[in-house]
Amino acid sequence: MPRDNNDTRVFKVVGTRPPRPDGIDKVTGRAMYGADVTAPGMLSAQILRSPHAHARIVAIDTAAAAALPGVKAIVTAADFMAQDDAGLDDILVNCMARDVVLYDGHAVAAVAATTPAIARAALKLIDVTYEALPHVTDVDAAMRPDAPVVQAGRANESVPAGMSPNVTHHCEFGHGDVDAGFAAADVIVERSFTTAATHQGYIEPHACLATFTGEDKADLWCCTQGQYNVRTVCAALMGMEASQLRVTASEIGGGFGGKTTVFIEPVALALSRKAGRPVKIVMSRDEVFRATGPTVSSSIDVRIGMTRDGRITAGEAVLRYSGGAFPCGTVDMGAQSAFAAYDMPAVRTLGWNALTNRPKEAAYRAPGAPMAIYAVESVVDELCQTLALDPLDVRLKNAARKGTLSSYGPTFDDIGLVATLEAAKAHPHYHAPLGPGQGRGLSAGFWFNFGGNTCVSLNINTDGTVGVTEGNPDIGGSRAAISQMAAEELGLPYEKIRTIVADTASLGHNDVTDGSRVTFAVGLATIKAAQDAVAKMCARAAAIWGIDPDAVEWVDGAAQPCGPNAGKFPPMSLAEIAAVSFQTGGPIAGHHEFNADGAGVSFGVHLVDVEVDRETGATKVLRYTVFQDAGKAVHPSYVEGQMQGGAVQGIGWALNEEYIYGEDGRLQNPGFLDYRIPVASDLPNIDTVILEIPNPGHPYGVRGVGETPIVPPLAALSNAVSRAIGLRLNRLPMSPPRILAALSGS
Amino acid sequence: MLAAEPGVTRILTGGTDVMVQMRAGLAAPALVVDVKHLTGLRAITPEAGGYRIGAAVPGAVMGEHAGLRALWPGVVEGVELIGSTQVQGRATMAGNLCNGSPAADAVPGLVAADAVVRIMGVDGARDCPVIDIPAGPGRTTLAKGDIVTSIFLPARPARSGDAYLRFTPRSEMDIAVVSAAVSLTLGADGAVTAARVALGAVAPTVLLVDEAAQAIIGTRLDDAALAALAAACSAACRPIDDKRGTVAFRTQVAGVLARRAASIARDRAHSAGDAA
Ligand SMILES: Cc1cc2nc3c(=O)[nH]c(=O)nc-3n(C[C@H](O)[C@H](O)[C@H](O)COP(=O)(O)OP(=O)(O)OC[C@H]3O[C@@H](n4cnc5c(N)ncnc54)[C@H](O)[C@@H]3O)c2cc1C
Repeated sequence: MPRDNNDTRVFKVVGTRPPRPDGIDKVTGRAMYGADVTAPGMLSAQILRSPHAHARIVAIDTAAAAALPGVKAIVTAADFMAQDDAGLDDILVNCMARDVVLYDGHAVAAVAATTPAIARAALKLIDVTYEALPHVTDVDAAMRPDAPVVQAGRANESVPAGMSPNVTHHCEFGHGDVDAGFAAADVIVERSFTTAATHQGYIEPHACLATFTGEDKADLWCCTQGQYNVRTVCAALMGMEASQLRVTASEIGGGFGGKTTVFIEPVALALSRKAGRPVKIVMSRDEVFRATGPTVSSSIDVRIGMTRDGRITAGEAVLRYSGGAFPCGTVDMGAQSAFAAYDMPAVRTLGWNALTNRPKEAAYRAPGAPMAIYAVESVVDELCQTLALDPLDVRLKNAARKGTLSSYGPTFDDIGLVATLEAAKAHPHYHAPLGPGQGRGLSAGFWFNFGGNTCVSLNINTDGTVGVTEGNPDIGGSRAAISQMAAEELGLPYEKIRTIVADTASLGHNDVTDGSRVTFAVGLATIKAAQDAVAKMCARAAAIWGIDPDAVEWVDGAAQPCGPNAGKFPPMSLAEIAAVSFQTGGPIAGHHEFNADGAGVSFGVHLVDVEVDRETGATKVLRYTVFQDAGKAVHPSYVEGQMQGGAVQGIGWALNEEYIYGEDGRLQNPGFLDYRIPVASDLPNIDTVILEIPNPGHPYGVRGVGETPIVPPLAALSNAVSRAIGLRLNRLPMSPPRILAALSGS
Repeated sequence: MLAAEPGVTRILTGGTDVMVQMRAGLAAPALVVDVKHLTGLRAITPEAGGYRIGAAVPGAVMGEHAGLRALWPGVVEGVELIGSTQVQGRATMAGNLCNGSPAADAVPGLVAADAVVRIMGVDGARDCPVIDIPAGPGRTTLAKGDIVTSIFLPARPARSGDAYLRFTPRSEMDIAVVSAAVSLTLGADGAVTAARVALGAVAPTVLLVDEAAQAIIGTRLDDAALAALAAACSAACRPIDDKRGTVAFRTQVAGVLARRAASIARDRAHSAGDAA
């Protein structure tokens, strides 16, 4: 799509920082989150979860629980229909175990009762007979041919014969002659890395309220990143028609990808259908950790060859990911993104997914990329140290740019990597002196970004205000950005626009809020819907003036005759046209629906200084700067917020966050005390530098910015710590005991 | 009332352990007795050159007490490390002790200070050194019906100082992986005349490490003495490997923290001497 002479366009609203429309409700406690919805006659449900990592369910006796006064319905796997589609059936089995529990925390039964206390008491009365099965929670162990089998028969056609049945999926990307590339290298470094599974750490636990108002008609309120996806999945699992299930998304207290699927919604629907009453489920924090979707855990080998002057001659990576007890394709994105920042003559990446007795992976910002790029950027940094080369110069020398054949296939269009690296090099942070025990690390990062199915309505109200109706839950300030784009296009002040997130009955399908797609795709649909409304308003003005609609143009929020031949009429503002709309043909609205293409890829560079206490292994983050190409920052504060938030989540991932499993295969840290996300006092201010290299695929040049920022921190921190202590670390998290052990040589 | 209840009972002061445990389903007491409104339980009273601290005095109040801070800065800093601003408004030193956690932040400082607990039991009041209260993770030597009414921090000679350090992966809202408290007194010549060293989170209960104290008594805390102190602390550790830290980590860092705490305590003792 051609840009509207983007480089010269002067924006009025886009690029400013108005207050977010949802802000006051959120800070005053008025915003309605998932657990805030209630209904008359509502029941409370609790879910019984497996204490075993892997076991056969021999029998479930619910008689005593059912007899408890106040218990209104109990469901188990027997209450759900198996699905023909393997992906849907996996979602279902993840919501309620069928015959076998596959991980600690896997749901086996659920009870709806008149109070939460009764539901909890009823859980204790359900008698489940288990037969323990051998388990495996480590991805490398799971790939061994003699490993305990998590699920048999799940490998797809890409997997060669003779591998462990846990291996479900294989992929390969790259180009060029890798052997020749390594032969041309002066130095080759080959290292192996592991990263732990991490959780998105959203503050709001999953919550929903389901109510059947007839045998096959229901309403569902839930905390989700995508109400349409919830409807598609739940309608299929419940055997309902999509039109009969209306799903409304609540305000969302964080998602980061973790709320792009369902965990409790089908259970609440099944209980409500059985009990004939509304049913609410609110997860505890313990349940969120044990039974929602963390990231993959990974084990990665990387080999890179470089000439003495810093040219990369070849790169190779083997990625082994586990997305828990179900097949998972996230490794594809790791294998595609691993070397995306480099212009390489020869590159090859191989990906494998293996089943483990862990919860089913869910997306977490840039799924699959942070761990792959951590491994590659660590090896690049080690090569720079070995060859005594400046790490930014080496990245600039090898940087992907317009015309580069990317490591995953496509040839890049306008991309901002070189500009981002140059901005980092020019920044005072890169030249600031370091003290003893301190180290500086950097990493580049990449994410594809996504467009997807989008549907927007824009209604011109008779008082001259505008309502934008869109279908994507607002997790990062998107209502503000969408209002800004509508205001820009219509020539109205920002305050005249109200953007709302509609339920599934109010608009056509909208893909989930993911892939950094909303400001790009919903924004684009809003611009198009505004243009549609503008065309209609111009036609109304033309009719009033008695001139041809083509002779009317829209300037600064008003229709005016274009050119001297069109006739002399004073401009008619949006408010004036709206006020007489009932006399000129009725209400005015613009619409746009499409499958958005052209989401430009996004690159970022992170720079971090750390200090390591060599006696305790503790790492202190001293200074942090994020450089990122936003295409066009519609609301710069929210772009900065994305950049800072990604950096902070990445810092946690690099230093302390991990799913810790015991020998028994049970999760040992299902809570924020021992699953350590950073607190404010652990962090310096995260400085941000926004670059704007317009995306040719968007009229304002917008690129998604939400995911790229979590990609570079892992390697940036690891490179900084490694340089600070003079030892290369290759395992995340770099918790104090691990750093101290490395320093003690054990 | 407490003694007569046949089921599980809990005394509650700040409730920052009790309420959390009840919410998490870890404790389901049949009887909870909130004692914080009993007379005298919320007062800090000067006594014999020291201070008697009521069992219901929250951390924030201790932190604002200038006299207490000056006399036992290490004890106060241990208490103030508990939780956040919100938790500080409720959490008490007595609750911290009676909860029985080996990682409790107030306890090593109290042990190093040789503080004394006053207990009101069914048979009347009695005093007991802090070190004798913990019995193991989640357990104390208190009998059912025993209520801690106050904790007494004694007077101390001029040129005395104490300090508490804990190691946590996060800077706050975390639990000590290992901790150390040192209380010491210097002679006019700057040599240590008396010392007590306590370690947290390295054994089922807080440890009072006499060998560590002996390693510094008579020295001026030169590098060799500090190294001997660290070695004695590491040798005394009987930690476990768990999700929070390894045996090797806890053992090594216990010595590091004790050494650092001793240096801080010495500096405080010097300035206490200068002020006197
Ligand atoms: C968010 C958060 C952060 C925390 N951070 C820390 C931390 O950093 N370090 C730390 O050590 N702890 C921490 N804690 C735990 C807790 O706050 C402390 O242990 C606190 O000192 C407990 O005091 P309390 O007055 O609230 O005790 P309560 O909860 O009232 O009681 C604790 C226990 O002591 C018993 N008890 C209380 N008073 C008496 C009495 N007078 N006589 C006999 N028995 C009694 C109770 O029965 C109970 O078993 C944290 C807790 C929370 C919720």
